[in-house]
Amino acid sequence: MENVYDLAIIGSGPAGLAAALYGARAKMKTLMIEGQKVGGQIVITHEVANYPGSVREATGPSLIERMEEQANEFGAEKVMDKIVDVDFDGKIKVIKGEKAEYKAKSVIIATGAAPRLAGCPGEQELTGKGVSYCATCDADFFQDMEVFVVGGGDTAVEEAMYLAKFARKVTIVHRRDELRAAKSIQEKAFKNPKLDFMWNSAVEEIKGDGIVESAVFKNLVTGETTEYFANEEDGTFGIFVFIGYIPKSDIFKGKITLDDAGYIITDDNMKTNVEGVFAAGDIRVKSLRQVVTACADGAIAATQAEKYVEANFEE
Amino acid sequence: MSALLVEIDKDQFQAEVLEAEGYVLVDYFSDGCVPCKALMPDVEELAAKYEGKVAFRKFNTSSARRLAISQKILGLPTITLYKGGQKVEEVTKDDATRENIDAMIAKHVG
Repeated sequence: MENVYDLAIIGSGPAGLAAALYGARAKMKTLMIEGQKVGGQIVITHEVANYPGSVREATGPSLIERMEEQANEFGAEKVMDKIVDVDFDGKIKVIKGEKAEYKAKSVIIATGAAPRLAGCPGEQELTGKGVSYCATCDADFFQDMEVFVVGGGDTAVEEAMYLAKFARKVTIVHRRDELRAAKSIQEKAFKNPKLDFMWNSAVEEIKGDGIVESAVFKNLVTGETTEYFANEEDGTFGIFVFIGYIPKSDIFKGKITLDDAGYIITDDNMKTNVEGVFAAGDIRVKSLRQVVTACADGAIAATQAEKYVEANFEE
Repeated sequence: MSALLVEIDKDQFQAEVLEAEGYVLVDYFSDGCVPCKALMPDVEELAAKYEGKVAFRKFNTSSARRLAISQKILGLPTITLYKGGQKVEEVTKDDATRENIDAMIAKHVG
């Protein structure tokens, strides 16, 4: 007989893992399809202080590890594949990966979002060569060096403080004249002696032969540009970009209703416009994108998927 | 299987990579890098696939920052292919996938 899952989950961040846990625990034959970013955005986050119940030392990776263990214990299957296409037209949904094709009675899309690029010349060429979107990956290269952090939200400021544990000096480059981060985070940041701020500014260009050697910053009020050169002894410096995210919804375009920004529109029960297809986590149109809301989405989506399968498929 | 992906430290780097004859692939990783950890099983499998053609080495940059930077490694994960001690090609960050690493090796080694 053909292998048809009760529930297939695309994505393996907190939303996908919570859905896998709830789905498997409800005795649904559950498959979680992991992309290349195992664990999602949160594994590149150092501190997870605002997830209820997570202890002070909780890091993104440790939290994800425990979630994975839990989902596995309840019997969720896991496969690593890159999804290239989906066919949601039939009653049985088909998910096409590079390695295999997966069939399921219900689907939860939890593909999440990817960091938004600064979009300036030199950025892509020098990614991994001084330009980074992952502080936990790359912070220790910049021990006693200079680092610039582009952005002014929660993530930017928190990661800047993490980087300040390594770097000699961390300069936050922000488009406006005040931070967007939560007040409690701002208070900590302003007290940190290693943090400096470059207001009303954006990065215009990043230059270097093989590694970052200089960067051009523009003051958005005066229009004035300044080029910052690496300290001669250091030879380089870091530029970490945290300016929000873009939804990973390309393969669903035209198949699921998206908003203008590319996020999937759902109702309160995580239902998309297609019967049997749900969305959970950062991929969804919502007001707060955090681990706690991703997990909640995943739980609701899996519960709704269970109801849908029960009502629409005979044993 | 992991025996084919040999960890080397900064004292061995010169001999094992820069003065080595033939192809050497270096998997640069660090203790805190979760994407590196996720990628490593794939690199181990590739080490088995290319056994005898490419020497696979892994190098923890956590305590060898200067050496890493001298190799222009400033982001992880980075997988670099060397031939006769010279960098031939490398893939880093999002491009450092099993498929891309396999393709990179196949292109040069065949």
